[in-house]
This record gives sequence, structure tokens and C-alpha cells, in this order.
Amino acid sequence: MKSRQRAFLLMAMPAVIIFFVFHTYPVLQGVFYSFTNWRGYGEWDFVGFKNYLNVFQDGRALNAYWFTFKFAIVSTILVNIFSLAIAMGLNAKIKFRKTLRALYFLPNILSILIVGFIFNFIFTHFLPDLMEWAGFESLAKNILGDPDLAWLGVVIMTVWQATAFNTILYLAGLQTIPEDVYEAADIDGANAWKKFLKITFPLIAPFFTINMVLAMKNFLMAFDQIVALTNGGPGQATESISLLIYKGGFEGGEFAYQSANAVIYFIIIVIISVFQIRVLQKREVEM
Amino acid sequence: MNQGRKNWLVTSLLIVGTVLVLLPLYLTITIALKTPQEMSDPLLSLPDQWRFQNFIDAIQMTDFFGALFNSVTVTLFVVLFTLLSNSLVAYAIARNMHKRFYKFLFYYFVSAMFVPFPIIMLPIVKQTAVWNLDNPIGLILLYVVYGLAFNVFIYVGYIKSIPKELEEAAIIDGASTWGVFWRVIFPLLTPMNATVGILTCLWAWNDFMLPLVILSDPDYATLPLVQYIFQSEFSTNYNLAFASYLMALAPMVLVYVFAQKWIISGVMKGSIK
Repeated sequence: MKSRQRAFLLMAMPAVIIFFVFHTYPVLQGVFYSFTNWRGYGEWDFVGFKNYLNVFQDGRALNAYWFTFKFAIVSTILVNIFSLAIAMGLNAKIKFRKTLRALYFLPNILSILIVGFIFNFIFTHFLPDLMEWAGFESLAKNILGDPDLAWLGVVIMTVWQATAFNTILYLAGLQTIPEDVYEAADIDGANAWKKFLKITFPLIAPFFTINMVLAMKNFLMAFDQIVALTNGGPGQATESISLLIYKGGFEGGEFAYQSANAVIYFIIIVIISVFQIRVLQKREVEM
Repeated sequence: MNQGRKNWLVTSLLIVGTVLVLLPLYLTITIALKTPQEMSDPLLSLPDQWRFQNFIDAIQMTDFFGALFNSVTVTLFVVLFTLLSNSLVAYAIARNMHKRFYKFLFYYFVSAMFVPFPIIMLPIVKQTAVWNLDNPIGLILLYVVYGLAFNVFIYVGYIKSIPKELEEAAIIDGASTWGVFWRVIFPLLTPMNATVGILTCLWAWNDFMLPLVILSDPDYATLPLVQYIFQSEFSTNYNLAFASYLMALAPMVLVYVFAQKWIISGVMKGSIK
């Protein structure tokens, strides 16, 4: 029995050590540097909470938080509406089921960066040309060039790409519902909407929770699509928190300052995820 | 009841919806085959003559085959090492969850799922540069390590559902703990290995942020990173750029065409856990 315990320890410990060295230790380093004024090179001093206080007064950082939240919330809601609708369609008695499933999952296997470049072209050239051709001169403009509308471009591209994955998760959830529950509802004379509200939705509640949490978490960390679509512009209108930390940390010599920003960002993601899980799970139990 | 009847309304709605999925890909293919002059024609039109020169030029300008080789190597090794190592760690944790130490390890790994990469990004770049890991080897290592958070989560869930009696029988036959893992557990993990393998493959193949910050030598660049460098340097010629995008997307799409059945069911299995 003792050798068995030693074997288990040998299985786990190398991974734990490597994980600590390449994941936890950098996190701790990030936290450590957030209390200094290090620029990424040269000498440094401890500055206490100064970096943290500065983040809260930094217009650029606040703008990045505002954009990231706005983008993440709207995208999460849209992705969940679309993916649930598509999953229900794909779960119905339809023709070409396998082909349609394969097609709707396709966006998820594509690189977000490259899809971003393709959508960049669509927003810059294709849609304005299309609008002009259709006679809507006032709509014939590049929304990515408009500081007020560029974020919608990021939302559209993200929803296009992310809906695929959530659709598959919902589809997995829908297949756990036994057919006879619906048959019983049919006998009771329930209409389609009632069946959705009273059967489908409550029964896939755990999948709803996981989809909401995963989508929100991923979108709060958005980076690739923003680099490809707007690179944070116009001005800093679509600068996400990840992009700000990247740009400020590597190009702006704000290593310590952006480390403080990253710590705040980390805390916010944890709070939001825990909050979402709590609230959504409570709803699961009640229904 | 209407068991065998197909719902044609839903079918047609879904078919109409595929237009939205396929339109960006249609544009990519046609633009990649057009000449710059044809770009002034209506954008949805097909090219007059298929211009394959765009692909040849793009291959030369991006060193496509070099990047393809880098992406394939990194992805292959990441998937291989992830399957072998992450399942092993998860096994040790799953079979000892009643012990406080292993329970702590489980939550330690899983909680890392919520650590945003930017907080690691700045220190890890310094660290990999100092330890000479700013190359594909470092990249492979980091993917395998960062995958642990999610993979331990789904492997542990699955291993718990494997009855212990199977292992006890093997132990009575004289198998060591390692023997039990490789001969009994690992083969039984095949469905979960498929899921983890597919998700890891998609991640390592498509990821852009980690290569962007870790790799310093452009010779090591992976396909997404090459597109980024290419886009920032030659953004004027759309035909060339789209030929390049298409070639970067094509390998994964080809794999998907042949393996979509397993890919979709693999992802679904991962989510039911």
C-alpha cells in the first residue's frame, strides 16, 4: 500500500512542480511587481498601492474596463440566444442533420485572429459596398472606423465565431432530455412555447449556467479578435483590458503598472464568475 | 404521433442560416482567387479566371511551409504530451480525492482556469527568455502545463465513473500502480482522450497570444503569428492576404471535413461531464 501511495505521488508531483514554476510563480511575480515601479528593465523601488490607485484614476484603463464589460455582456447574451435557438433547431427532427451540425460548428475550428482579419475586410469593404448597392447611402460606411460603433463590429465577429461552441454544448444538454417528457406534455395539450419554458429550459439549466460562465469569462479575456479587427481603435475606443495590459506592459514600459491592472482584472473575473455560478445555480434548484 | 416526419420549416430555417456561416468563407475563397483589378467588381461575384499566382506569392512572402511545419510540430507534441501527462496527474488526483492533499491539488489546478493570461504574460516572457525557452520547446511546455487546469477537471470527472473493481483485479494479478494506469485506465480513457486531444489540438493550432509573446525568432512563428506579421507588413494587397489566410485555415478545415463526426461528438462528450 505504501508503494502505491509513492506511485501516486510520483504521478502528480512533477506536474505540480512544473505548474507552480510556470503558472503560479509568474502570477506571484506579477502580484509582487504590482507593488513596485519596475518598467521591465533597470532599477525599481516599492511603491505600495500607488499603481492600484493610479489604475482607478486612469482614463485609458477605465475606458478599457467599460469597453470590455459592454462587449462581454452583450456578446454573452447574444451568443446564448443564438446558440440555444440553433441547438434546438439541430435537435429537432430535421433533414440533413449531420451536415447542418457540421456546418454550424465550423466557425469554432477556425483561428479567431484570421477570422478577425476576414471580418475586418467585410466591415471595411464588403458591407459598405453592399449598402451602397442596395441604396442605403447613409449606412454605407465602415463601422470599425467609427468610435461609437466599432465595438459592435467586435461583437458581431465574436458572436459569429463563438456561437458554434455554445451550440454544441446546448445540443449535448438537449440530448439528455428524454423524448417521453415531451410526449406527456403533448397529451396535456401544451404548446411549443410552454414546452420550452416548462420542460426544455429547466432541464438544460446546468448547461445554461456553464455556457453563460464560459462565454462571459472568454469574452472578458478577448484579445485576438480585437487585434485583428481594430487593434484597439479608433483612438482607444475598442481597447480591451488584455490588449491594454499587452500594449502598456511591453510597448509602454509600464510593466509594474500593468501588473497592478492585471491583478485587478483577475479579481474582477473571479468575482464575476463566482457571482454568475451562485446566481445561476440558485435558479437551477428553484426550477 | 409524428415520429418519422421531418420538420421542414426548421430544416429550411437552418439552411438559410448557414448562409451567414458560409458567406465569410465564400468571400475568402473568391477574393483569394481574384486579381487586384477584379476587386472593383461586385464583391460577391466569382473570379473571371482563377488566379493561383496569389497562393504562390503568399507562400513565398510568408514562408508558409516553414510556419506550417512549426504549427504541426508544436500541435502534435502538445497533444501527445498533454494526453500522456495530464491524464496521469488526473488519475492520481481522482483516486485520492478523499485525501486532503489531493483534494487541494484538484482545486489548485481547476482554479487556474479563472486566472487571466495577462497576469502571467509579463513575468513569463522574462522567465522564458532567461531560461532559453522562447522557442517551440518552451511553447510546447507551456501549452501542456496550462492545459492542466481544464483537463484535470474533465479527466477527474470521468475517472471517478470508472469502477475501482477493474483496478483491484489487475492489482491482484500483480500489476503495479503504474501498470494499472497504462494497461487498464489509459485505454479506458479513450473517449475522454479524444475529447481532450481535439480541444487541445484546436487550442494549440489556433492560439495567437502565447506565440506572440513567447517567440522572439520569426523563424519559429506559427501560422496565426505569420498571418499577423504578414497583415501588418503587406496590408494593401487583399488578394494576397486572403490567399494567405485561406492557406492558414485550410489544414484544419481539411482535418475537420474528414473527422467532423468525432470532433463534434468529442466536444459534446466533454460537456456532459
